Amino acid sequence: MGSLRVQKRLAGQVRQPDPLTHTLSEVFPETATDAAAIGFVLARLPRTDAPILWVQDRLSRKEAGRPYLAGIGTKRPVIMVDLSRAVDVLWALEDGLRCRSLCGVIGEIWGDPPALDFTATKRLALRAEAADVPCWLIRRAASADLSAARDRWRISAVPSAPHPHDAQAPGTPRWALDLFRSRRSKPGQWVATYDRAQDRLNLAVPVRDRTLATGDGTARGRAAG
Amino acid sequence: MERQGGAPPDDIPIVLAREGHHGPVIHAANRTARVNGILPGSRVVDMRAICPELQVEFADEAEDRAALDRLVLWARRWCPWTVRDGDGGLILDTTGSDHLLGGEAAMLVEMETQLSLMGLTARLAVAPTWGAAWALARFGPVRSICGAEEINFKLGALPVTGLRLDDTTVLLLRRLGLKTIGAVMDVPRLSLTRRFIKAGLAANPLLRLDQALGKLAEPVASMDAKPRFAVQSRLAEPIFDPTPYLPELCENLCDTLKQAGMGCRRLHLTVYRTDGDVSHVDVATSATTRDPTHLHGLFRDKVERINPGFGFDLITLEAGSVEAMQEKQNRLDGGSDDDLHLTRLVDRLSAKFGPRAITRPVLRESHIPERAEGQVAALANIADLGAVTTQDRPLRLFDHPEEVRVLYAVPEGPPAQFVWRRQTHRVTRYAGPERIAPEWWKDRPGTRLRDYFKIEDQSGRRIWLYREGLHEDGRGGDPRWFVHGCFA
Repeated sequence: MGSLRVQKRLAGQVRQPDPLTHTLSEVFPETATDAAAIGFVLARLPRTDAPILWVQDRLSRKEAGRPYLAGIGTKRPVIMVDLSRAVDVLWALEDGLRCRSLCGVIGEIWGDPPALDFTATKRLALRAEAADVPCWLIRRAASADLSAARDRWRISAVPSAPHPHDAQAPGTPRWALDLFRSRRSKPGQWVATYDRAQDRLNLAVPVRDRTLATGDGTARGRAAG
Repeated sequence: MERQGGAPPDDIPIVLAREGHHGPVIHAANRTARVNGILPGSRVVDMRAICPELQVEFADEAEDRAALDRLVLWARRWCPWTVRDGDGGLILDTTGSDHLLGGEAAMLVEMETQLSLMGLTARLAVAPTWGAAWALARFGPVRSICGAEEINFKLGALPVTGLRLDDTTVLLLRRLGLKTIGAVMDVPRLSLTRRFIKAGLAANPLLRLDQALGKLAEPVASMDAKPRFAVQSRLAEPIFDPTPYLPELCENLCDTLKQAGMGCRRLHLTVYRTDGDVSHVDVATSATTRDPTHLHGLFRDKVERINPGFGFDLITLEAGSVEAMQEKQNRLDGGSDDDLHLTRLVDRLSAKFGPRAITRPVLRESHIPERAEGQVAALANIADLGAVTTQDRPLRLFDHPEEVRVLYAVPEGPPAQFVWRRQTHRVTRYAGPERIAPEWWKDRPGTRLRDYFKIEDQSGRRIWLYREGLHEDGRGGDPRWFVHGCFA
C-alpha cells in the first residue's frame, strides 16, 4: 500500500481517485429488512460474467435473510461465505479483494462492531482500488460513523412505478438514493428506477417539494472528507 | 474379508449374497454351509429351503476388490511382479526370486504362513504359466509345484473347469464327454479349432489350453504402487513450533512433485513428539497445486492446533490426493490467469473458515422456493445451471418463514393490514396469488399449499407474503400468513 502511494506521487498525480476505478462504497438501508439496497448494489456491479464474492455475518443472515439465487439470476455465479463475526467478514473481504478475477465483493455487517473502524475501511478501500474490484459494504442497523468509504449511500424503497398491465400490482421497483458523502462526485439525492430487462438504472431528481436549506449551500455541495 | 468383530463361528452356515437377476444369489458360503449343500451361484430363497438356519449377509464386492488390490501390493514382499487375478486370486511372477526364500517349496510355506497370520486361507501353486497355476491352485493338490516338463502330466488329471472357461462352455465340454483337461488335450487340434473358431477367449478351450501349456504367451502386467510424496526434517533438539521449518519443507515437497509432474490437493503435516505421540494437521486445496508459497500460506493459522507436548524432533510433510498436473503457461505476457487466483482465494477462505462456510448456490428443479436453491462446493463444475425461473422472485429469502399477525383480513387477496416484527404494514398494492402446491412425493401428507403474494406496503417496501392453506381445506385450522422474502 505504501508503494501504491509512492507510485502515484511519482507519477505526479493528485491524490484524487479516478471516478472510473472501482472502490469501497458503503450502503445504509433505511430498514434492516429492506432489499432495495441489495437491488441497487447488484445493479451497480460491472456487467461481466465473473463471480461475486458475497460475505455475510450471522446476524445479517438471520435478520435480513440470505440472497436468493432465483431472484438474483444465474448470470454471475455467487460464492457465498457464511461467517459469524464481523472480524471474519472483514478478513474475508480483504482476502477477496486480492483476487482480481471477481466481479465484485459484497459484505454484510450488522450494527457497529468495534472491528469495523476507520482503519478497517481504509484497508478495504485501498485494496479495492489496487485490485480495481468494487467492494460494497452493506451495513444494517448501523450508524454512519467515521469511515474511509469513498461513497456512502443511504437507500430506501419508495412506492414502485405503476404496473403497465395491472393497476393494483407493484411495478418496476423504485429506490430513494441519498449519496450523503462522496469523494469522487457531488453528493445528491435521486429516485432510481431499475429496469431489470435491460439492466438499466435510471436516476431522477425527486420532484417533491423540499424545505429550503438553512445554510448557504456550500456545506452540502462540497464533498466532505 | 475385513469383517468387524472377528470371524463368525464355524458351526453356523453363513453365506454372502449379491443381487442377481431374480433376487439375491449366493456369492460365497462358509464350510458348514457348503457341507449342508449350499451351492454358490444359486438363489438365496432356494437355499433357505434346503437349509432353514442359513444366515445371509450381503457381500461388499467393491471393498473385497479394493482389499485384494491392497494385497497385491503387499505381496510384493516376495517378488516384484504381482497382479490381481479376477475377483479371488493373485498371480505372482516368482521367476528368479524363489531362491531368496529357500526354493519354491519353502516359498509356498512362507506365503501360506504369512497369509494365515492375516487371517486368510490361501491355496497356492507354482507352475510355469498363469493358466496352469490357476488350475493347480484351485483343483490340484495342496502346495503343488509343477515343473516345465511335467505340465502336461499334472494338468491332465484336473477337471475341465480348471481351464478358466465360462459356464456354458464347461457344460458343453461335459456333455461332449470331455471331463478332464487331459481328455481335451487328446482331442485333435484341428477338430477343436473347427468347433470353437468363432469363440472368444473365455469360451475357447483351445486358446485356454495353449495358455495353460505355455504355447500362448500370457505375461503378468504388474501395476505400479502409487509413489508417496513426503519430505521430512529431523531436528537436533526438540522444538515446539514448526513454523520456521515449514517454508523449506513446502519447497522440498513441491520440488519432488514438480520433478514427477504431479500436483497435490491435500497436505498432511505430522510432528513426532519426543514422548512417543504424534500430532498432525491437514489442509486441502480446491485445485491441484504445487506452489510452495500458496501451500505454506494455508498452514498459517493451523499450526497453532498442533499439540507439541514436550517438544518434537521430527516433522514430516506428506502430499495426499496426488494427481498429474501439467505446467501451463497462463498468458503470453507471463501474467497469471484468473482461474488460478479464484481457486487460491477459495483455498485461503476454506483453510481459515472451514470448507462448509464457502458455498455456491445453484438452482434446483423445484417449485417450492426454499428447495429451488441448493448448495454445492464453491468451485464445483456445474454442467446444467437448472431451469431459470420466469416468475418474479425476491432478492432475499428467509431461512425460516416468519409468521405475521393479520390485523385486517379480507376474503380475497392478502390481508389489508398485518404486523411483522412489531411493525404494522398496510398493503397498498399486491400481485398474486401464485399458488404453489406441496410436492406430494417429498412432503408429508397433510402439508398445506401456499398462495404467494407480492405486496407493497405504505412505505414502498415490497414483501413476499404467503398464506399457508385454504379455509376449510381439512388440513388444520385457519390458514396462517408468513413473510418469506423481500423484493428489491
